[in-house]
Amino acid sequence: MTQPPIDQPFVLAGKTYQSRLLVGTGKYRDLEETRQAIEASGAEIVTVAVRRTNIGQNAGEPNLLDVISPDRYTILPNTAGCHTAEDAVRTCRLARELLDGRTLVKLEILADDKTLFPNVVETLKAARTLVDEGFDVMVYTSDDPIIARELEAIGCIAVMPLAGLIGSGLGICNPYNLKIILEEARVPVLVDAGVGTASDAAIAMEMGCAAVLMNSAIAHAQQPVLMAEAMRHAVIAGRQAYLAGRMPKRLYATASSPLQGLI
Amino acid sequence: MNIQIILNGEPFSLSDGDTVGHLVQQLGLHNRRIAVELNHDIVLRSQYAETRLQTEDRVEIVHAIGGG
Repeated sequence: MTQPPIDQPFVLAGKTYQSRLLVGTGKYRDLEETRQAIEASGAEIVTVAVRRTNIGQNAGEPNLLDVISPDRYTILPNTAGCHTAEDAVRTCRLARELLDGRTLVKLEILADDKTLFPNVVETLKAARTLVDEGFDVMVYTSDDPIIARELEAIGCIAVMPLAGLIGSGLGICNPYNLKIILEEARVPVLVDAGVGTASDAAIAMEMGCAAVLMNSAIAHAQQPVLMAEAMRHAVIAGRQAYLAGRMPKRLYATASSPLQGLI
Repeated sequence: MNIQIILNGEPFSLSDGDTVGHLVQQLGLHNRRIAVELNHDIVLRSQYAETRLQTEDRVEIVHAIGGG
């Protein structure tokens, strides 16, 4: 049994987490599947969306936060669906009230319904306001290193570039941009969006991401609970490989068995 | 006397003098984890009982649902 590698703790807004996998709660068949998948993922931070309540309907229906308890999980409310800084800021203020004053939020402002690409102009604007108002902002952004740098300078506590388009499952489409962001960042960098399967998550972690955030890759797998467990292992494996330091790539073979003593 | 507010984007009728607390109670949401916004400002839970609603007030009541 080897000693576990010495790792830096994963800290967000002063809180230390053991798991480097963050998961969403959207697109599951039902709340029970959501609960099981999140349990299997080992995630400690779970994203939720903030939406209007259904007036006059389903008042007795179980609530997501009854299943995913804020006492057990760190709830990360998102601003998904917002297209302007104003709407995103309003949503974050509502989320803070919803969660008894907790200030951790995932800022996400979308520009386009087909690509769900982030609107970085509005994102920068909202980030400034939210940081001023005392929010701990984890920010979804494009994989543009200059925007990532700017968001960090504003005071976002984590920068979360997309690996691929939201819900696309295409994996890490531009590893070179991600590498530049990782080299420059002084705050945790998380891949958010684009992960399709376990190897994508492992690659993100091997590159040095602090953590990975995903939803569709688990929820839209044929067996979400099994995939959640796969993702848990992939993130751990990727992190360990990053810490271990991979061997250099070589063009030609190097024998693994000694050449001496051949018969 | 009734007043008309806009609740989650739809017209909604209330009695004159009703507060946010009355509204939340009437909707059966008093024991639920919700947040309320009145004319773009947050209404703290502690202020529900004293926040009276007026005609044309825009009220948003939100909760957490699945999302990524």
